[in-house]
Amino acid sequence: MDALRRDLYRPLQGVSRRYLLAVTIAGLVAAWGLVCWGYQIHKGIGVVGKTRPTMWAFYILNFVFWIGISHAGTLISAILRLTHAGWRKPVTRVAEAITVFALMIGGLFPLIHLGRPWIFYYLIPYPNERLLWPNFRSPLVWDLTAIFTYLTGSVIYLYLPLIPDLAQLAQHTTGLRRRLYGYLALGWTGSDREWHALERAMKLMAGIILAVAVSVHTVVAWDFAMAVAPMWHSTIFGPYFVAGAIFSGIAALLLAMAIIRKAMHLEAYLQPRHFDNLSKLLLLMSIVWLYFTAAENLTVWYGNEPDEMVVFGERTRGRFAPEFWTMIACNFVIPFVLLGIRKLRSIKTATISAVGVLIGMWLERYLIVIPTLSYPRLPAAWGTYSPTWVEISIATATFAAMTLLYLIFAKLFPIIAIWEYKHVSDG
Amino acid sequence: METKPHRWGMVIDLDRCTGCEACVAACHAENNLPLSSPTEAAKGRATHWIRIDRYYEGQFPEVRVRYMPVLCQHCDDAPCEPVCPVYATYQNPEGLNVQVYNRCVGTRYCGNNCPYSVRFFNWFDPQFPEPLRLQHNPDVSIRGVGVMEKCTFCIQRIQRGKRDAKDENQPVADGAIQPACVQSCPAEAMVFGDLNDPESKVARLAESGRASRLLEDLGTKPKVIYLQRAT
Repeated sequence: MDALRRDLYRPLQGVSRRYLLAVTIAGLVAAWGLVCWGYQIHKGIGVVGKTRPTMWAFYILNFVFWIGISHAGTLISAILRLTHAGWRKPVTRVAEAITVFALMIGGLFPLIHLGRPWIFYYLIPYPNERLLWPNFRSPLVWDLTAIFTYLTGSVIYLYLPLIPDLAQLAQHTTGLRRRLYGYLALGWTGSDREWHALERAMKLMAGIILAVAVSVHTVVAWDFAMAVAPMWHSTIFGPYFVAGAIFSGIAALLLAMAIIRKAMHLEAYLQPRHFDNLSKLLLLMSIVWLYFTAAENLTVWYGNEPDEMVVFGERTRGRFAPEFWTMIACNFVIPFVLLGIRKLRSIKTATISAVGVLIGMWLERYLIVIPTLSYPRLPAAWGTYSPTWVEISIATATFAAMTLLYLIFAKLFPIIAIWEYKHVSDG
Repeated sequence: METKPHRWGMVIDLDRCTGCEACVAACHAENNLPLSSPTEAAKGRATHWIRIDRYYEGQFPEVRVRYMPVLCQHCDDAPCEPVCPVYATYQNPEGLNVQVYNRCVGTRYCGNNCPYSVRFFNWFDPQFPEPLRLQHNPDVSIRGVGVMEKCTFCIQRIQRGKRDAKDENQPVADGAIQPACVQSCPAEAMVFGDLNDPESKVARLAESGRASRLLEDLGTKPKVIYLQRAT
């Protein structure tokens, strides 16, 4: 076995005490979230802080946030694959795994959010004797369709480049693991024909997944933009959300890479130049994000339409001003200074910026969902919102669930695509 | 008998409204509205299918209060309808914006998209302490946890009015059907009837020079018409 395989197989073997501790903590927090969800279903959705008029709140904003994170993988890895960017190779699988898990978690939130989650299947066009269909005019049905398509696509997209690695792994393991890998490898032998087919399939999937990813976040944006509520009814929301999603996706990827690099001792594989390249991408997206935010807010302010100005005023000068300006600092000022000045750019500052951007993008979702709903058109219906412990628990639990899924994935599968890596170092 | 379907509508004369809230109380009794605790009400979760919005004009001590009863406007182009993923809310053939409780899964999208904020959600199973259970209206179903509800224009009274007229082989007489709020209004500020019948009181009042609709510029085409002197 060569050095490369030894390095990349090492994290798959054995279970360290630290690993067990991490799994236990993440598992407990995630389990607590499930308990809270059960409590919410038992008592009624009223245990959350939502009121009239803020009928959507914490769950929906976390949904948008996680769907945004999911854009890490597919978009980035698909773009890099299609443009033949050689440096992508140790990065792609880290990214693709984020996509699949973030989608699984994000997709749960609309379910948690429902008043009667036990009949969620009313949204699915299944044949029934009463000939009832879902309402295809509703953005929520588009949403369900888009997310399901995206999840299916991303699982395939994660799975395809795993196949050669799985076949290799099957040869180097024994017992249950060997059976698992062998089964998942689908009888891969590594013939020329198979390699060609794989390359073709991966290229095709990269193209498809790009289109799907863009459409998914556009549809998520339309959940808001299709409503006539002040500051939601905006034509720019589709591309604004897509840009924001890629932005937070790159941040999530940077953070995940920094953690994996340290925890799995993969310093030789996830090199400073990978962080440097991704930092530049993050910086670019930060500027794009600022552009969209400016375009969105400037037009509202200049248009001076009373209903919109109420929301605008509360966001920039009123009750939500602290969140708004923190968002600007996290999403623009921090990355622009830390990554824009070449001397400051390093793995450490990239990680700090990534954490900042994740906080900033979470706040952005908060500022999109809550202020608009708090200030509907008729002042008599104005209201407030603050989350309860149930919502906070469930939202926290999803971060734990993400960690848990990632920990398990990294124990079962090589987090860096070994054959791709070999390919690039050979060529 | 009748050729044209009904098109139910309401006229509310704001120059007559005294803000007494008799309509609110009557609506609660008629439609089995869930009770709210003080803490829940403070959160903004109290359910009132009709509410009185207050608008203050002038500076103290020269203040004038204007009252405006706001209920579901039964819009022709209701923003709540297309966004529901399961058709729990739709426009029925008589122009009522109806809510199908059994179909509702509780996405609350309709509530967000209603510019009048007249949709109410059941955050918990409704509580009716004794002896309130004994005064439930048997014609109106009790809504469970997780579904949206709102003003129905007292659809149970509309159905009864149509049945009674059919029994007597007569068309529905103008004024024979009155929702609870209209019936209880001591100032007679509210009129209900068929907008498709040009002779009906509601149709004639809707043509008044004082007539306007709430948030008319959104293009929702409400079937609640407000009368108010221009000031």
